Amino acid sequence: MPTVLLFAAVLAPVALGYFFGRRWALGAGGRRVPGHFGIFVGLCALLPGLAVLALWLALEERVVTAMAAAALPAGLAGLPAERLALVMNQVANIAAGTVAAQSEAMAAAAAHYRALGGYAQLLMPLAVAAAAAAGFMAGRRMLRADFAARSAVERIVLALFMVCSCAAILTTVGIVLSVLFETLRFFEKVSPAEFLFGLEWSPQTAIRQDQVGASGSFGAVPVFAGTLLITVIAMAVAAPLGLLSAVYLAEYAPRRVRAVAKPLLELLAGIPTVVYGFFAALTVAPLVRDGGAWLGLTAASESALAAGLVMGVMIIPFVSSLSDDVISAVPAALRDGSLGLGATRSETIRRVVLPAALPGIAGSLLLAVSRAIGETMIVVMAAGLAARLTANPLDAVTTVTVQIVTLLTGDQEFDSAKTLAAFALGLLLFLVTLIMNLIALFIVRRYRENYE
Amino acid sequence: MVKAEHNTPTAGDITAANPHMRARGVNVYYGGKQAIFSVSVDIGRNEVLAMIGPSGCGKSTFLRCLNRMNDTIPNCRMDGEVTLDGDDIYGGKLDVVELRARVGMVFQKPNPFPKSIYDNVAYGPRLHGLVQGRAQTDEIVQKSLHRTGLWAEVKDDLGKAATGLSGGQQQRLCIARAIAVSPEVILMDEPCSSLDPIATARIEELIDELRRHYAIVIVTHSMQQAARVSQRTAYFHLGRLIEVGPTPEIFTRPQHELTENYLTGRFG
Amino acid sequence: MNDASQTVSVVRAGLHKRRAAERRFRLAGAAAVAVAALFIAFLFTVIVKNGLPGLWQTRILLTVELPAAEFQGRGEAALKGANYRKMVRQSLLGLFPDATTRGERRAAAKLLSEGAPYQVRRAVLADPDLAGGALTLWLPAASSVDIFHKSGAGGGKLSDWQKQKVAQLQAAGRLRTVFHRGFFLNNDSRSPELAGIRGALAGTFYTLLVTLMLSFPVGVAAACYLEEFAPRNRWTDLAEISINNLAAVPSVVFGLLGLAVFINFFGLPRSVPLVGGLVLSLMTLPTIIIAARAALRSVPLSIRQAALGMGASKMQTLFHHVLPLSLPGILTGTIIGMAQALGESAPLLMTGMVAFLVNTPGGVLDPATVLPVQVFLWADSPERGFVEKTSAAILVLIGFLVAMNLLAVIIRAKFQKRW
Repeated sequence: MPTVLLFAAVLAPVALGYFFGRRWALGAGGRRVPGHFGIFVGLCALLPGLAVLALWLALEERVVTAMAAAALPAGLAGLPAERLALVMNQVANIAAGTVAAQSEAMAAAAAHYRALGGYAQLLMPLAVAAAAAAGFMAGRRMLRADFAARSAVERIVLALFMVCSCAAILTTVGIVLSVLFETLRFFEKVSPAEFLFGLEWSPQTAIRQDQVGASGSFGAVPVFAGTLLITVIAMAVAAPLGLLSAVYLAEYAPRRVRAVAKPLLELLAGIPTVVYGFFAALTVAPLVRDGGAWLGLTAASESALAAGLVMGVMIIPFVSSLSDDVISAVPAALRDGSLGLGATRSETIRRVVLPAALPGIAGSLLLAVSRAIGETMIVVMAAGLAARLTANPLDAVTTVTVQIVTLLTGDQEFDSAKTLAAFALGLLLFLVTLIMNLIALFIVRRYRENYE
Repeated sequence: MVKAEHNTPTAGDITAANPHMRARGVNVYYGGKQAIFSVSVDIGRNEVLAMIGPSGCGKSTFLRCLNRMNDTIPNCRMDGEVTLDGDDIYGGKLDVVELRARVGMVFQKPNPFPKSIYDNVAYGPRLHGLVQGRAQTDEIVQKSLHRTGLWAEVKDDLGKAATGLSGGQQQRLCIARAIAVSPEVILMDEPCSSLDPIATARIEELIDELRRHYAIVIVTHSMQQAARVSQRTAYFHLGRLIEVGPTPEIFTRPQHELTENYLTGRFG
Repeated sequence: MNDASQTVSVVRAGLHKRRAAERRFRLAGAAAVAVAALFIAFLFTVIVKNGLPGLWQTRILLTVELPAAEFQGRGEAALKGANYRKMVRQSLLGLFPDATTRGERRAAAKLLSEGAPYQVRRAVLADPDLAGGALTLWLPAASSVDIFHKSGAGGGKLSDWQKQKVAQLQAAGRLRTVFHRGFFLNNDSRSPELAGIRGALAGTFYTLLVTLMLSFPVGVAAACYLEEFAPRNRWTDLAEISINNLAAVPSVVFGLLGLAVFINFFGLPRSVPLVGGLVLSLMTLPTIIIAARAALRSVPLSIRQAALGMGASKMQTLFHHVLPLSLPGILTGTIIGMAQALGESAPLLMTGMVAFLVNTPGGVLDPATVLPVQVFLWADSPERGFVEKTSAAILVLIGFLVAMNLLAVIIRAKFQKRW
């Protein structure tokens, strides 16, 4: 149970530190709060322990691989870096027992690799415990008669808070950097112009290098078109249904109906997207196909319409809930003014309330579009894989998210244009949704300030 | 004490010489709480009826009964009879849309729609189909703005947002918006409470001017304003109509003790 | 006066139309809500109708002859290595003496699940004395028999001959349907009648554990800093925008991040709950931060002032008063965030948690999958029997989600103060 050991390695010095600090303060007398000293020494032990643990987890694989690679027999060790990475990958697979060894040398390397991994597993708790102990000693040395334990603890905690508050920024930077680097590498292989304006998308590179079309083609326009088609269908469902629901709930619904209907709509947002995907593929797609056949139209069994319809329903609450807030925020004085002139409710809503709420509604629609573009599971399960340039909702199309997922699941080779293309698509997806989110957030915030 | 008050009939004369609207025995309830107790009063043609009283006395609630604006408040219920030219406004015969077109309303805080000045005034006529085409609309907008004295100030800015006007201008715009529909009665709920004295004076002049065409009911917390603009005054206290009468008489010879106390500033 | 009478007549003339428009508009609104409600009803009906039978399993009563001749040799090795498949097949064929042709015999053998011999083997290993005798037990039927028996119709994969044999078994009282505990206790399998969600449940547990342990402390700490200590400057504005934007970034993008940073850069193993949990915690973080900030903000200033007035430091005020008071709100937000993480699958597909695994993961570094991904995997399987397993797994998933949301609602209703 290495997990338990790890916990013990981290927590034992912390507990020890806490009690030691308390005892010291109690023994030293004077006007001290013993708890502050306990927490101080405990933190001194905790932080180095956690830091070493995180570093270890992050670097273990690389170090072990490098050490195992260094121990490879001369014939294998002399390989160029790319081939070496492949060999080490295979070694790791053999060691994990997923593949059988092809040669003596590989089997030996795998055994060595596994042994190194075993040592690492054993060493990790020791290293963590050592770091924690060192922290404990350092903290202990700082305990003097005039030591201000409380302000030291508060400074440490505040620093921790500050670091944590950067997590969101770091994540954003991490997304941008990771996606950007891989995209730049992709553009070394495929020109940006071809990617953005090319009309042919077939990233399945051939198995042998010398086969025809070995490089695949990476014109993403059909993928964009498919995304657009499904998004349009989804919004054609979500925008009217979401807006009408919002209007009904905000302006008409009796309190009891509202109390039931609002959570019901929000339930739509809480259902996992795999469930929608399963439902779209199992029930809605056959319905669309049969309905199309009944009308004398041929519909693909993975039609854009089926995926779009279900996605539209999923997005309804994203439109309705924000729009409902926005409509409710329109001052009652405006409604009274219109009703007082003899307007009916619907006239008041259409001519005064909705125009006044327009910016907020636009923001909510924008967020919904961004949601539709980025939605993955529904299209992975219910839309097609083949990129086709079509505006017919009964055809099968593919989307950016489907391509990202299919390009990156299953066996992948690093550095192949196919893998990198997924990151290029990801960058585009991130940028487009980022712009939409920012505009929407800006509009909605401005709108709120207007009426508050 | 409460019981005694409940049985106290309204002092003075509740009738008007040439009544346009009549309220008889009006009670209003918010949920289980009664806000208005058996109020009866007439509203005469071409006169200004001022309703005064301490805050929370129900004068605004009663005003909102006169064009059924209380319908928009959940849990609000009323009984009694209110007639417009003899038709019961709570009976099935008169549609609330028609009622509100005939009995217009101006609110406490100016509430222009976030549209242009022109569209604000044209809102009612367009809504009710009173105008066909641009020329007719132009005419009615101009006429209404003229009547409220705004025309000279805004005639070059008709396309600008109404929310950019000053408070007093906004309130006059709201009055113009109300009269653009050619109502018979105009209800005003403390129309000057958020305005400065100069703007207030302009509105008061305007009310006096409008009296030639409309019956006006104005709720005000200012006795001076009531004295300046109204022909008849009604004094409300805790949901009851205590006294009604010609304005000069109320202010000089109040009959009821409560009225007198209020007017002499013993409470308010 | 002339104007006024004109108003009355024009308004009256238009009333009918306007009232009709009013009714239509109102009806459209109610219809929109009704459409959403109907969709939910339809969705749940389909899932429940498909999924409930998946929790039940058809079994066949069979007396398996275990002739001593099959257990040549000594001890455990003989017990382990015996040909149980053959023994089960022989015993089954004993029930159908009329199965004479090769095709018929093969068809008869296909009535039982592939897993039946393993069950017999387990029984014999548990009780070695059985070897040489006979064992009577209820063995799982094949998936096609299961579907045919439970739904009464369909069973497209069964031949007429097989259907007739099933009817015979039924008549002989050798067929029964029992609650399928194996669905919760088994790991994944290629055969629908044997597949269970145990591995997925364990994987979900470890993944969410990592998510919770990272996103809760970091999220609350970030919220405390931004709400209580941070100066208003560019940096905190940036943090605020990042948080709001991250809440709306598509989940695949987080998958790309996990793949590029955790797996490719740091070399963490694929398919493990640690990486999945890391990615999910980054996704849950904005939800927790936003909820925690709202909860902190709702604690009135007067309480902070009271504590500060007593000479408490800002940090003490936070830990002694503000945090405990806002805890219900923070917990509610955290539970909702964890519920979102529980339903998430796209980023996990990309960090490799889609492998077909027959072992239950035992820690955060064992290859694992999670419940929604299991749903995805089964939904993709061609076997007809997986449709009901998928739906049943969805039922379990939704059950967890409902429980979590109820918990959030209860915490909110019970502990949250309105100031």
